Amino acid sequence: MSNLIDDDPRIIEFDVRTDEMLVNMGPQHPSTHGVLRLVLRTDGEIVSETEPHIGYLHRCAEKIGENVSPRQWIPYTDRLDYLAAMNMNLGWALTVEKLMRHEVGEKARHLRVLIAELNRVASHLVGMGAYGLDLGTFSPFLYAFREREKILDLFEEACGARLTYSYLTVGGATADLPPGWLQKCEAFLDQFEPIIKEYHALLTTNAIFVKRTAGIGVLSRDMAIDYGCSGPVLRGSGVDQDMRRDGESIYTGMYDGYAFEVAVQKDGRYPRDHTYPSVPKEAVLGDCWHRFFVRMLEVVQSMDLIRQAIDRYAACREPLGEPLKLAEKLPVGDAYLETEAPKGQMGFYIIGNGTSIPWRVRARSSSFSNLSVTHELCRGCLIADVPAIVGSLDIVMGEIDR
Amino acid sequence: MADFLIGLGLPGWLAWSIAALVSAVLLLNVIAGGALVFIWAERKIAARIQDRLGPTRTGGRFGWLQSLADGIKLLAKEDLMPEGADGLLFRLAPYVSFCASFCAFIALPFAFDVVGQRLNVGVFFVVAVLGLEVFGVILAGYASASKWSLFGAMREAAQVVSYEVPLGMCVVVPVMLAGTMDLVTIGEKQAGWMSNWYLFHDPFTFVIFWVYVTCAVASVNRAPFDLAEAESELVAGFHTEYSGLRWSFFFMAEYGSMFLVSALAAVLFLGGWNGPVPVAQLVGLSEGTGDSAAYFVRLLGLANLITKATLGVLLMMWIRWTLPRLRIDQVMTTCLKYCTPIAAVMFAGAMFWQLLLPGGLLPGWSRPAGEIREGWLEGPGGLPTPLPAAAASSESSGLATRSPR
Repeated sequence: MSNLIDDDPRIIEFDVRTDEMLVNMGPQHPSTHGVLRLVLRTDGEIVSETEPHIGYLHRCAEKIGENVSPRQWIPYTDRLDYLAAMNMNLGWALTVEKLMRHEVGEKARHLRVLIAELNRVASHLVGMGAYGLDLGTFSPFLYAFREREKILDLFEEACGARLTYSYLTVGGATADLPPGWLQKCEAFLDQFEPIIKEYHALLTTNAIFVKRTAGIGVLSRDMAIDYGCSGPVLRGSGVDQDMRRDGESIYTGMYDGYAFEVAVQKDGRYPRDHTYPSVPKEAVLGDCWHRFFVRMLEVVQSMDLIRQAIDRYAACREPLGEPLKLAEKLPVGDAYLETEAPKGQMGFYIIGNGTSIPWRVRARSSSFSNLSVTHELCRGCLIADVPAIVGSLDIVMGEIDR
Repeated sequence: MADFLIGLGLPGWLAWSIAALVSAVLLLNVIAGGALVFIWAERKIAARIQDRLGPTRTGGRFGWLQSLADGIKLLAKEDLMPEGADGLLFRLAPYVSFCASFCAFIALPFAFDVVGQRLNVGVFFVVAVLGLEVFGVILAGYASASKWSLFGAMREAAQVVSYEVPLGMCVVVPVMLAGTMDLVTIGEKQAGWMSNWYLFHDPFTFVIFWVYVTCAVASVNRAPFDLAEAESELVAGFHTEYSGLRWSFFFMAEYGSMFLVSALAAVLFLGGWNGPVPVAQLVGLSEGTGDSAAYFVRLLGLANLITKATLGVLLMMWIRWTLPRLRIDQVMTTCLKYCTPIAAVMFAGAMFWQLLLPGGLLPGWSRPAGEIREGWLEGPGGLPTPLPAAAASSESSGLATRSPR
């Protein structure tokens, strides 16, 4: 290990090296976002090696999926990324639909866009607030939760649950939206839109925030691709990929007719469909600041999509349609589908054998791949940078350990 | 008070001991009561900043008894000590911290002559004793047998010791302007209108006040400089392993220090106990005469100083609930690359200003400073003589003769 330190030019103080110390960060630590355990090899304040240990939240979700029917597994997908349960439901539902070659109606399609994007806003709000917490500012966290509460209220009205929704399901959704819901959703968007400026003031453009994040944890384009990163982590490194645009047709078809620009820096600039703060000159593409900024842009982008979806959903006159039966027989064959969840590309794999119970279920979580870059990013950083880097990856342990 | 007791026939040593004890108990209540109020205020202010309500029920309304309830809870909690901890040092550390914070109050004047012990090196004493607080933190971190605590202690040591340098430079400027280290005299010299405050003495003092604010926040470990207890990095830093009453001693020390540095800022830069408008002097009352009117004026001054210090504490709370935390290297950079050079330049600037423009730009508006420079050593108020001033029994001080204008 010591060679690693000697060779790495980022480690500036190796000539005054003292005794190394192994420190356990987690699994009970305020800033490891659940039960992640990081073993840090430190030399004073400098971290020479970070090793993530996972598995504290493993609950055999995939094995359970091989013993229940796909619709019965929906509640288990809720618990993968519990901050974006709707997106998890959607990913699984679409995969099963792909296997069964089932296509949902127009109304269900717009409802799914609406709900999934709303949950993306909620998930990014948590990611943003918790990131502030990682950097030592408490208030943005509570502001973010204040707005998230309103989204949760909307979800509660739609499906009765506030965290684990099981709402979007195979063949559509469990119920149509209640009357008056769209107005409430629009009222929330109108109220939330001007507030985003305040988040930019408190975090994105805050001098201390920029100092703590700009140039820290730089994930190069190649490294991001090599490690299979996805979502805002990948786009924060300047890779122009978004499953909503580049995915398979069953998923991209959902967004047919929707106008949105992928939030990624192209040719040195971000999409200018709204007014955003400019990139500080200390920031390097792929650092913590860019990952955070991409999330902030995606909040605005998702709100645009929600508005479009509201119009289209309201224009649909036909009924929503019933979801598939609980014990619907699956065809023989397999299907794999990746969708763009808030944390990254969430893939589900299913093998059907002619019964209603799948023969194999597999989930590919984005947080797992995103977490795998920590040891690269944290090498040679300070202890205070470790929460900043891990926080900027915005991981959810429920998804990693499944 | 000691004189009064001696007059009753008590032997001198007993009279002095009782007088000292009374002062100490009064000051102890300032810290303990202040901590209760400030913790409650912090909770309410943090709540309001964060769009919450904070405590609402304890004590009937506004949750005003919340900190007392918390205190009782802390008293009732089990005192845990980690296995492998150094028992003696672990137990000692909170008291070292608390005592440092408490002792510094002894030299802090709350109003004219309302001071635990008037010292002719008051500024020096306060800054030096406050610096001792770091020993408690280092002991706590070392004795806890926890790596996180050790990190916290190391950071605290590096940070506080570094910030002592610019802090000292900032503090020296009012000392230079007043020509004395006696806090009571420094406060006295800013009597009159608000323009007499050292904050407005010249541009350099105005700048150095903000440097002082930065350094003071850093030296009492408040956000954005709260690296020793950075909860997102070091769990709870140096007090990770503490619980119950011992933990609350750290807490009280923190709030005591916050109040102390704010009060010190008030005395050094913001006119001390003199309000923005010299109401008492305009109606012809003087605080130095020893009659009942003087007590009233001192009470007014007490209210003034506590208001100013409280505003300082509230400012620190506001900062804490707004800004993210700096990293340790950035904290050190702020100190060594910004605060220290700025403080040094401002110190030189203030020196030359004092040399070249002793009367200020508008001579009629500023009082000539340094007028009692020769007098403070042997004046009737003889500063080195021990005056337990909580009793405020000295009938007059040498400064009573100063001209109001």
